[in-house]
Amino acid sequence: MPLLKLVPDNTNIDFLRWQWPTTILSVALMIASWVLIYTNGLNFGVDFVGGQMIRVTFTQTQTAPIGDLRSEIERLGYGEPVIQSVGSPNQVSIRMRLPEGSDKNAGLADKMTRTISADIQSHHKDARIDGVDSVSGKVSNELGWTAAKALGFAALAISIYIWFRFEWQFGIGALVSLVHDVTLVLGLFALTQWDFDLTIVAAILTVLGYSLNDTIVVYDRIRENLKKYRRMPMTELLNLSVNETLARTVMVALTMLITLTALLVLGPKVIFGFSAALILGIVVATYSSIYAAAPMLIWLGVTSHSFVPTESAADRQERIARGET
Amino acid sequence: MLDFPRWKQIWLWAITLLAALASVPTLVTQFGGQWPSYLPNPEVSLGLDLAGGSYLLLEAQQGDVAKQKLEGMAETVRTKLHDSNIRIGDVSTSDGKVSFMLENPSQVDAARQALLPALSGAGSVQEWRLDVLDGNRFVLTLTQKGLEQDINLAMDSATDVVRKRIDALGTKEPTIVREGANRIMVQVPGLQNPQALKDLLGKTAQLQFKLVDTTALQSDIAQGIVPPGDEVVPYAPGTSGAGTQIAVKRLGGIRGDELTKAQQTNKPQTNEPVVSIQFNSQGAEKFARLTTENTNKPFAIILDGQVISAPNINEPILGGSAIIEGNFTTETANQLAIQLNSGALPVKLTVVNQSTVSAELGADSIHKGAIAMIVGALAIVFLIAAAYGRFGIYADFALVINVFMILGIMAVFGGTLTLPGIAGFVLTIGAAVDANVLINERIREERRRGRKAFQAVDLGYKEASRTIFDANITHVIAATLMFMFGQGPIKGFAVVLMIGIVTSVFTAVYLTRMWVALWLRRARPADLKV
Repeated sequence: MPLLKLVPDNTNIDFLRWQWPTTILSVALMIASWVLIYTNGLNFGVDFVGGQMIRVTFTQTQTAPIGDLRSEIERLGYGEPVIQSVGSPNQVSIRMRLPEGSDKNAGLADKMTRTISADIQSHHKDARIDGVDSVSGKVSNELGWTAAKALGFAALAISIYIWFRFEWQFGIGALVSLVHDVTLVLGLFALTQWDFDLTIVAAILTVLGYSLNDTIVVYDRIRENLKKYRRMPMTELLNLSVNETLARTVMVALTMLITLTALLVLGPKVIFGFSAALILGIVVATYSSIYAAAPMLIWLGVTSHSFVPTESAADRQERIARGET
Repeated sequence: MLDFPRWKQIWLWAITLLAALASVPTLVTQFGGQWPSYLPNPEVSLGLDLAGGSYLLLEAQQGDVAKQKLEGMAETVRTKLHDSNIRIGDVSTSDGKVSFMLENPSQVDAARQALLPALSGAGSVQEWRLDVLDGNRFVLTLTQKGLEQDINLAMDSATDVVRKRIDALGTKEPTIVREGANRIMVQVPGLQNPQALKDLLGKTAQLQFKLVDTTALQSDIAQGIVPPGDEVVPYAPGTSGAGTQIAVKRLGGIRGDELTKAQQTNKPQTNEPVVSIQFNSQGAEKFARLTTENTNKPFAIILDGQVISAPNINEPILGGSAIIEGNFTTETANQLAIQLNSGALPVKLTVVNQSTVSAELGADSIHKGAIAMIVGALAIVFLIAAAYGRFGIYADFALVINVFMILGIMAVFGGTLTLPGIAGFVLTIGAAVDANVLINERIREERRRGRKAFQAVDLGYKEASRTIFDANITHVIAATLMFMFGQGPIKGFAVVLMIGIVTSVFTAVYLTRMWVALWLRRARPADLKV
């Protein structure tokens, strides 16, 4: 049986021919993401803004009666609920702000939960309360802060590592493609208004790791080839390196996408957003390792001679004496 | 790189089997079996999102601890100086200081001597600083170290009390852990309605018996005039005197923490639910003295600063057992009994974060998560085998062993599997595939360059190892930060990711290399199908 080859041997695609259109596309998508994040905002979950979330599954109905729920809960006088379906149409999350003064008196929040749960179950016999999350304002501030810290430190630690391991141009290239990937994932969440909670932060940190992983594999090869083919023009060298690692890039992205799609489609709906974030992250990370990370090196002035130590006068004499040009 | 002497093989197999074997107890229990108790049983527990249950994050107010500490000191000052016959003015507590004036400045040294033993806390920590100002004004300042130590001790004992109270509910395997300076995390798998739990933990249950000042006038109390040496305490809501206050004597009371047992019973005559308490020998002695010296006077039973009843002492109670009445229902009496049995909480705890997951959702999650994982893994196993032939099959075996090793190592370290943790498994599979792909693509490449089979494999592993190491470091950085800063779900994910990266590299690089090397030596193939 012949072996399956996703990328034929000696593939030589001129990736860098498309470097300008893809750059424009990347920049446009990033701008669009920032605009969306600015205008729509992220739909922060109770983890980050505090409040209460009740998860309900309607076991007998196909689609949850969101409109009915909204008016029923509004009538209870705890303010306006934010109701949205999570993953499948018969599951909803209902978010409420914590009642006034619940910082001092925890009983108020409990009472609200009980009232709302009882009310839902009295109106909808097939409603199953799947869970309740209640986060005080103080804790949510802390969670937001620690999440921001985790992201910040991760970016910092990784830059230090790359700077240590590669030349500065590679470090900048890796950072740019990383920012690109994370921005697009955030843009997706601003566009869809999916719940942005702690698990999404975990997903973004993973995308960060993956984006870098991908970039490093390509960079590793570029560095190797820079030493090997001193005279090859930069564009050609980048194309060669990307093509040489293409089989690996495609295979790994494919396996990750297979498992994550299984998780998205067959897995529990609670982690729908998490899986979706990872899938998009892996797609854009793969794309950016080719189209952002590699061309960045040209723009940053990496040439075949960048990493050759400058020749001393004595060495030059010796070289000429050996009869080399 | 392809040299595998026997000792090296034995080592690799020993590590692999040991780690993988540790996953067996978990798998046996998860699939409904019974793991024999005489065997060691490291087990991975399921997080609340998979098992269903309740999570509570309780927080103590640091200010409360300080305030209590000051009040305790004020009490100590009054008793100690009273016992040494030193007369003082009002004791005030504010701004982390206890201050008072001596009526007779010549007693400064005597007062200092009397207070000295009370100034240092446990160990060698100086809890209080004593200053004497203007000749006769004593100021006791709580030091930062003293306060920290106090909060620490209070939280330790609070954690103990919380554990005792939860155990009294008879729930299964609760997790109770101190978190940070002033928090306690409680997880009770299977508990759907945390209300009873919150009621139980919501009260500190500090019980006191104090003498009622019968000379105090109700009109004075209502106007806020407190007779000297007294304090005014309100009746608890729901009791017979609700809405009113009474004056009790500050000194001469006893605390209800020296109990051996509290129990909900019914009063014989009226069948009304009451709580019967039994003092320990020390407590019984104090209680006997209090009741003997004050026969025919009323005393107040105070719980958490509220009077629950103020009965008359009809006769000295010498046996050390008493009954507390207070308009209880069976439930509230039972609750108070549990609270008294577990001891008083040294600080009030409030719920700052809470989460409940139904068992149905948990079961659904674990079921669907497992299906997704199996489908994804099968697809990958086929893909790898199809792409890399014999080498792919080695990689597949490594992949399967990898999953067992992660579970096993998690079990040994007492890890918890959460829903994001399952996603972590998926990603680790990705990392393992990545390593294998890097190696096999490299071998292919070396073959294309015309190297001989043995050499191509050798070089493939050597060259790819560097890239694999580089690439996985980034995952380790991300996972470490998630573990350090993350909470709840993020932590569960980070643990799997960290363990998974190590085992992936181990299985994908070392195990497959050993298998490939042994095969090459045995079969001596002229050509490689990679």
